[in-house]
Amino acid sequence: MTANLDGIGGSPNRVGGAARVTGGQAYVADIALDGVLHVKLVTVDAPRARILSVDAAPALEVPGVRLVMTPADLPDPMPRFGPQFRDRPLLAVGETKFHGDPVAAVAAETLDAAEEAVGRVAVAFEPLPAVFSIDAAQAADAPLVQDPALRPDDPFAGTNTLREHRYAWGDLEAAEAAADVVVEGTYEFPMVTQFAIEPHAFMAAPADDGITVWSSIQHPNWLQRVIASLLELPLAKVRVVAPDPGGAFGGKQHAKYEPLLAFMARRAGRPVRLVLTLEETFQAVRRGAARVHVRSGFQRDGHLAFRDIDAAYLIGAYADIADRTVAKGSYTSAGPYAIPAVRIRARSVLSHTVPSTAFRGFGNPQQIWAVESNMDEAARILGIDPVALRLQNLAQPGEPFIPGDTPADGRWAEAVERAARRIGWETPAQTGRGRGIAVGLKSGPTTGLSYSTVRLLADGSVVVYAGTSDMGQGARTIFAQIAARELGAPIEWVTVVMGDTIVVPYDQQTSASRSSVLMGNAILAACRDIQSKLRAMAARLEDVPEEGIEVDAGVVRLDGRELPIRDVLVRGLGRLGGEVIGVGESRKEAEPDHPLGGTAAFYEFNCTAVEVSVDETTGDVTVHRHVTVSDVGRALNAEQVRGQDEGAAIMGLGHTLMEEYIFDAEGRIRNLGAIDYKIPTTLDLPARLESEVIENGDGPGPYGAKGMSEGALLCVAPAVAAAVRDATGVVIRALPLSPERVWRALRERDAAGQASGASG
Amino acid sequence: MTAMDVPEAPAAVSLKLTVNGRDRSATIAPHRTLLDVLRADLGLIGTKECCLVGECGACTVLLDGRSVDSCLVLALEADGAEVVTVEGLARDGRLDPLQQAFLDHAAAQCGFCIPGQLVAARALLGSNPAPTRAEVEDGLAGNLCRCAGYEQIIEAVLDAAEREGPAGSAATRSRPAAAAPGHGATGTGLSDPASVPDARVAPQ
Repeated sequence: MTANLDGIGGSPNRVGGAARVTGGQAYVADIALDGVLHVKLVTVDAPRARILSVDAAPALEVPGVRLVMTPADLPDPMPRFGPQFRDRPLLAVGETKFHGDPVAAVAAETLDAAEEAVGRVAVAFEPLPAVFSIDAAQAADAPLVQDPALRPDDPFAGTNTLREHRYAWGDLEAAEAAADVVVEGTYEFPMVTQFAIEPHAFMAAPADDGITVWSSIQHPNWLQRVIASLLELPLAKVRVVAPDPGGAFGGKQHAKYEPLLAFMARRAGRPVRLVLTLEETFQAVRRGAARVHVRSGFQRDGHLAFRDIDAAYLIGAYADIADRTVAKGSYTSAGPYAIPAVRIRARSVLSHTVPSTAFRGFGNPQQIWAVESNMDEAARILGIDPVALRLQNLAQPGEPFIPGDTPADGRWAEAVERAARRIGWETPAQTGRGRGIAVGLKSGPTTGLSYSTVRLLADGSVVVYAGTSDMGQGARTIFAQIAARELGAPIEWVTVVMGDTIVVPYDQQTSASRSSVLMGNAILAACRDIQSKLRAMAARLEDVPEEGIEVDAGVVRLDGRELPIRDVLVRGLGRLGGEVIGVGESRKEAEPDHPLGGTAAFYEFNCTAVEVSVDETTGDVTVHRHVTVSDVGRALNAEQVRGQDEGAAIMGLGHTLMEEYIFDAEGRIRNLGAIDYKIPTTLDLPARLESEVIENGDGPGPYGAKGMSEGALLCVAPAVAAAVRDATGVVIRALPLSPERVWRALRERDAAGQASGASG
Repeated sequence: MTAMDVPEAPAAVSLKLTVNGRDRSATIAPHRTLLDVLRADLGLIGTKECCLVGECGACTVLLDGRSVDSCLVLALEADGAEVVTVEGLARDGRLDPLQQAFLDHAAAQCGFCIPGQLVAARALLGSNPAPTRAEVEDGLAGNLCRCAGYEQIIEAVLDAAEREGPAGSAATRSRPAAAAPGHGATGTGLSDPASVPDARVAPQ
């Protein structure tokens, strides 16, 4: 890197931070609309039910109730939507598919009235057989989750398999024959939920000739298309206002109840608002559970000969974006290794459970849990150090490790070496403690399209328009840093406008840790557009040829002189003032022949090393040290990068140690809500959490940055499980590593030890 | 006593309290929570709503100097009391040292839990101006952050404590009423200890 990186890589305070610490930040639920009606959803107490009738009349008698929306009030056939399959109805019609699937919705002047009326909507229903597990859903006589008529030409239509994905390269048979050692196992990853502290909130209001929708959504432009399509409106008449989400983690990528609210607002002729309870968010979003079988073949010297993976993900009642998480999470599941022969099969399995969707890591943590645990078991069987085994097999920089895809785009070994060194891998852990290490790889976005408009105002201050959602990752700050550096403005002079589809240009989505790269590049391009206009301006003012003028990092260089951009700007704009407008576009084209529709824009690579102790009497796992090293290309804002890495690491400890949905026999979530579903608090932190970044400037984003917000979560579980094994000798192949599960494993170990002692 | 004998609750009652140093009043249905009244009637949207069962801490406010989950407090229980919300931390246009430290340590990611974290931290520093890291962890254990920016939050609280010095917080000095009751004395007529979130913090 030769570029001057002024303003990049430091840690300017978060743009928008002041509003966040003073209580002024308005999230969707904080926005007051005049005359708004409060909406509550009506559900039935069954995982699957035939709806015989819905009688709204008793509910309409509750004072203040203005509308009870039932399927009879909606178009026939029922409008459906979904990012991959149009399978989700506005309201369940004929049959509900999971506990919490709404059959009607009430709108009233007050929330109290709406809550009162919900209980008075008379729903006659008949419970139907339902499936909640991979095995039950795949049984020969399993009741079907999805109406086969929704995909008439699909050979899987008569089953609960939504799709099957197959990837393969190399000669598996030959590799199997040549392998010295085969290590295999089956690993389980449970259902966990995003648990954003801001519950999902939605509002809709009729506008003169269109509609306005407010949502705590990550992809406002995608929602705009969904609403426009369902209401048959031009895009320009659908305004989506998307204030910063109060945490999203993938759970707010795609439309949930916004379409229903849009229809209700139109029918009521009034604004409507629905703020989910936390319990309702548990019934709206989760991560797909998975069962992954891994077979890995090795040469005796530790070289990977083949890997054969078979996975099933329990995705739930509607497809949402879940099948894409299966496809993408499985595609890279053989890991960041150079392996001659690989076969991967993965199925997305429908079930009568909460629809799963994107969740930080996007289908990868489930596979990485399995494959990296398998790697640890292999190291012990082969008698090779787990660090050495990984270093031996990691793809080298520039090495193609998935045929036809982006080659290894970082010095991944550096991350492994740094993590191992930091945790003191070469020196023994103190008595009673165990260490574990694992690596995680995730493909970044496979396609992308972001536009940005940047305005350099007459005084040198800057307005940036970006359709990214700042959901905590700090995108607004990164964008302000880029514009400040390129246009020579102090960061305090930069305003970043987001979250309004009528004002802000198109952005495909905020996901896959893409925004610093794709939107960052669009903003950079818009700034460069302004720079070229300034060059023309300077040429005119100074009467020198444009070719001899350089604009960079806030200055205009010509004739051996450096002029601040602002000087050129003020003189160039002249007496009428005005501004200079730049537009930028960043595009990663689709590749139709690629299994995922496009190659990886970049990879997120992380190595996590932990040191734990296990309480032999309670099964409680204590994490004493947690080292997380991510290859980020370039940290554009050091403190924000640290926050993303450490937050991802702790979130990973959540699904590793404590989180899972527990169901009763009727498919109800027993630990529904914050009292019984535990996520990490300040009392659950590792005694020492240490994060490092690898910065080689080798990413495709501005100044060599890569996306980085998911990496540190990917391999926490296998690292901790390996450490638990190191400390206790027990191998556990299901998450979470709760005290109960660990305790049971310890007792089984003890029983087996006694049995073998007796027989020996 | 049958259901018929239960006296009907009044439809609306009047409420007077001091919020962030200002006298406020509202006419409310008696079942409403302090959280709801702060947000809906008094327009103080900084206090956030998430779990509504006293587990997440997003709705933390100071009630006569003690931190409480305002979702678990009936508004009428705060009648005559002094309430401080996140909007009341900054004084005369100057950020509270905690707020400044949260900014300087990048402790606010999505920001949704931050008002509760700040108020809980304010209560902690009110009773313990120089906490250890373990005491900060205990003091904030009832405030969930799913962005899990805990490390930076803890560092910010420790830094703010250092900036304020051993004499205690600026807020405590300038507003003695807020801190006077301290832990263990409510003075608000609160009858249910479960509604006082200090009870939820069980040090490991």
